Amino acid sequence: MAAATALDSLPAPLRSLRLKTKQQELLLRVSALALIYVLAFVVRLFSVLRYESMIHEFDPYFNYRTTLFLSDHGFSEFWNWFDFESWYPLGRVVGGTLFPGLMVTAALLHRLLRALSLAVHIREVCVLTAPFFAANTTLVAYAFGREIWDSGAGLVAAALIAVCPGYISRSVAGSYDNEGVAIFALLLTFYLFVRAVNTGSLAWSLASAFGYFYMVSAWGGYVFIINLLPLYVLVLLVTGRYSQRLYVAYNSTYVLGMLLAMQIRFVGFQHVQSGEHMAAMGVFFLLQVFFFLDWVKYLLNDAKLFKSFLRITLTCVITVGTLALGIGTASGYISPWTGRFYSLLDPTYAKDHIPIIASVSEHQPTAWSSFMFDFHILLFLFPAGLYFCFKRLSDATIFIVMYGLTSMYFAGVMVRLILVAAPAVCLISAIAASATIKNLTTLIRTKSKSPQTVSGKSSGSKAAAKGAVDQSLPFQQNVAIALLLGAFYLLSRYAVHCTWVTSEAYSSPSIVLAARGHNGGRVIFDDYREAYYWLRQNTPSDAKIMSWWDYGYQITAMGNRTVIVDNNTWNNTHIATVGRAMSSYEDEAYEIMQSLDVNYVLVVFGGVTGYSSDDINKFLWMVRIGGGVFPVIKEPDYLVNGEYRVDKGAAPKMLNCLMYKLCYYRFGELTTEYGKPPGYDRVRGVEIGNKDIKLEYLEEAFTTSNWIVRIYKVKPPKNRS
Amino acid sequence: ADEGGPRGRRVLVLVDDLAVRSSHSAFFASLQGRGFDLDFRLADDPKLSLHRYGQYLYDGLVLFAPSTPRFGGSVDQNSILEFIDAGHDMILAADSSASDLIRGIATECGVDFDEDPEAMVIDHINYAATDAEGDHTLIAGDDLIQSDVILGSKKIEAPVLFRGIGHAVNPSNSLVLKVLSASPSAYSANPKSKLASPPSLTGSAISLVSVMQARNNARVLISGSLDLFSNRFLKSGVQKAGSKIRHEKAGNEQFVTETSKWVFHERGHLKAVNVKHNKVGETNEPGMYRINDDLEYSVEIYEWSGTSWKPYVADDVQVQFYMMSPYVLKTLSTDKKGVFSTSFKVPDVYGVFQFKVEYQRLGYTGLSLSKQIPVRPYRHNEYERFITSAYPYYAASFSTMGAFFIFSFVYLYHK
Repeated sequence: MAAATALDSLPAPLRSLRLKTKQQELLLRVSALALIYVLAFVVRLFSVLRYESMIHEFDPYFNYRTTLFLSDHGFSEFWNWFDFESWYPLGRVVGGTLFPGLMVTAALLHRLLRALSLAVHIREVCVLTAPFFAANTTLVAYAFGREIWDSGAGLVAAALIAVCPGYISRSVAGSYDNEGVAIFALLLTFYLFVRAVNTGSLAWSLASAFGYFYMVSAWGGYVFIINLLPLYVLVLLVTGRYSQRLYVAYNSTYVLGMLLAMQIRFVGFQHVQSGEHMAAMGVFFLLQVFFFLDWVKYLLNDAKLFKSFLRITLTCVITVGTLALGIGTASGYISPWTGRFYSLLDPTYAKDHIPIIASVSEHQPTAWSSFMFDFHILLFLFPAGLYFCFKRLSDATIFIVMYGLTSMYFAGVMVRLILVAAPAVCLISAIAASATIKNLTTLIRTKSKSPQTVSGKSSGSKAAAKGAVDQSLPFQQNVAIALLLGAFYLLSRYAVHCTWVTSEAYSSPSIVLAARGHNGGRVIFDDYREAYYWLRQNTPSDAKIMSWWDYGYQITAMGNRTVIVDNNTWNNTHIATVGRAMSSYEDEAYEIMQSLDVNYVLVVFGGVTGYSSDDINKFLWMVRIGGGVFPVIKEPDYLVNGEYRVDKGAAPKMLNCLMYKLCYYRFGELTTEYGKPPGYDRVRGVEIGNKDIKLEYLEEAFTTSNWIVRIYKVKPPKNRS
Repeated sequence: ADEGGPRGRRVLVLVDDLAVRSSHSAFFASLQGRGFDLDFRLADDPKLSLHRYGQYLYDGLVLFAPSTPRFGGSVDQNSILEFIDAGHDMILAADSSASDLIRGIATECGVDFDEDPEAMVIDHINYAATDAEGDHTLIAGDDLIQSDVILGSKKIEAPVLFRGIGHAVNPSNSLVLKVLSASPSAYSANPKSKLASPPSLTGSAISLVSVMQARNNARVLISGSLDLFSNRFLKSGVQKAGSKIRHEKAGNEQFVTETSKWVFHERGHLKAVNVKHNKVGETNEPGMYRINDDLEYSVEIYEWSGTSWKPYVADDVQVQFYMMSPYVLKTLSTDKKGVFSTSFKVPDVYGVFQFKVEYQRLGYTGLSLSKQIPVRPYRHNEYERFITSAYPYYAASFSTMGAFFIFSFVYLYHK
């Protein structure tokens, strides 16, 4: 009010600048959104500040390498790229086995910046792609929130998702992975589809189809969309919410989206041939039948006649559908569900059948603590939001409820799918937060305005009755204020938690390791890059490096050398061969390595530094994966009474297999901790069982300064025998 | 390496006693006559050295010092083996007084001498009739390896005289060959004492002279008899016991000359040059092939005749197009001028292939050539644009489009 009076005293021309309430609200909203946008970007820069502008983890290195190729050689070469530096000697048709969305996006951004005369390196673009798209996601979240509830909920949703740790974990600067842009595309597709359902407009459906196309080009998670949409349509049909709007929205989105998605080489004909995509097609036909029946019902205008017609039609349709599906599956035209899909529906499937999926830590079932870690108060707001959604059911809220519930289930199955759930959880929680705060503030306001309402009797008996009830609660205003403060306290705790998590847990590039030294200072272990740089400088350019598949992408991207297997785990047998070599005795392993023309073997060893995700800890997976294909490798041979150990009591096969020898070669001479015997493994916390390791067919070529990466050269066959 | 030959001509001769130089002068003279530059040194010469400033001083080694306990200077067992592993050749002759050092070198080359230091090869049937002593240790060996490459094209008619220690070939070593084997009636024992226990080496398992060609084509000849090379055996006549034929000259001269030619790479050395491959109709070597490409592969192989490189002629050289296993295996045809070539179609499999020639023939140096070449799948625009069998589909889709357009037009404007 003070500002208003100050404005009153201004001269007339300036007075016209005074904003009306609506304009003020718009200004506030836009500036809040702008702040959220900036916040979402900035909070993801911790990793750059802590370390440097670098690509993180494993898969991003492949994405980076392909982006580099794309920007150097152009799209046509990229599309047809046959990479003979990975999966030696099989090679990999990269162009046809990746989702190109991320690379194309980054290359386009790079080209755009160059066109604007901003001379940035492609790496900087790649590093900042994920934060940029995370910022864009907040805008989509705002629009989505407005679509399903109101603009207040939209703003809160944007703010929540900007800092939600579940999302930040995969979108910090440097985390140049498909998910970085895919979550944006996912949410955009959902938003546009809900918008299309709400309006029944062909234009929004078309936009949704293009959103879907972008999603398909970016991430394999598009399967979630192509199954959630039909499920949603089915639920609307069952609950009697079928409408022309839904018909237009789903059919045009599905048909166009499917045709567009077929243009992605990696996806190809899956939309018509794979079991995972059949639900969408089934619902598509179901909608036609529904429409047809609706039309016949309108024409017949006779309930009895229609009922018998309905019976005949339904029988026919179900028979034809089942027959088509049966024949398609039996003839192999429709491929069955893949293992990954099964493992989503049945969390124990991968553990029993596909060790290669189960071996990845991000495919493990989620622990409660990580839900708490990634969602914090959203975990409590989520059910409240569901309650609000059910209170005000509409096509849009049904959608968000279904999205929330299904993605929450998947998040429980696999750690990495928390990411998919994050937007839904943020949106639903935003509804709860926004609605609660709105209710509380209206309560406070009605209290202060209540004398007016009471005085104005003409406003109707219902309002008067409500006012009377309100007045009957004595501490209402105080309670409301207390609750409001509590809500703000919780939200501020959320912000603090998110910032802390981002800076402490999710900004580590994992290729450079940081630890606390004895004096509390930060110690940086840059061993990975040291080793890859060594490979690049000291090995022949056509050298073949054998390592466990985790490091394949990094070796090709940073070391520029050919690898036997990498993180694109497309050939289980090839990985199993490497697993077999690692778990065999040296002479047997030598034969395998000779047959694969291996020149160097690279192992990761944490026994000196206490870095726990090393090859010895991953070793049982190598045994399992190797044994899955080659039954000569038996897991019990490496265990003692079902126990995995590396000390004196370890199994003899364990103590003499290649992986053990390569990791612990010369380790017996080293004292790692004061007061412990030499050869004390700091990860396993034991003194190793085989200190006298002799290598016959390999020789140590390089060991990094902290022993994290060890590289061995495979000797040529003996000259004289 | 003068005249572009595979090996140089500097040979170090290590002897126990400089008397060997005169007692074996015929053999040395034959080497010198073929252009070798012999450097005679006592085995315990303190200034002995095989290399200087990282360069080897010699191209070959004749080790006629069976009883030397250790070498002088910087030479020891390991440096001799390194000399071989660096691609040099050696002739080693032992006799019944062979020292542990010599035995050790032989063992490292895949040959185990009889452990009994007094043992000699005794043959009561196939001894030389000149053996007056009656202990039948002078063997007239005629069980020679069937190889023109090692022993020369002229057949050795006369038996080879041998007096010395026998050895066995290490069965796990596939690189050693018996050149001169003992007869089935031979055994290895101390001729001066009574046979207390069955001899450890008997029959044709005993090798008298063996050769080893290492993977790097270094050649080693190991003889259990130093006398085999001596003037006395080279010049003397021979009559095998129980045989009527008396040869004026023993086979030794021909034997040692021919085998030394082989050991010092004057014969049986192949070289492959100009490995080329290209698409049919092109001449440049591509960096990558596409599946189903037709390609030509050629390699030139020459044989060292002792004085010059002559085209090698054979009909059994094969090339593999190899990725973990051979996808294509073709015999190369030769134009008799050294060029071996063939052409074939790249299999319908992509990956990183290798052109592999693995040519290992008895006596010849091994050729193992491999050249890596990636094979890529079709590019998106290399498929057929229009497929004949798909014409009904094209017709169907275009007629549907046309019909839909006409239908819409009629429906909208026909009133």
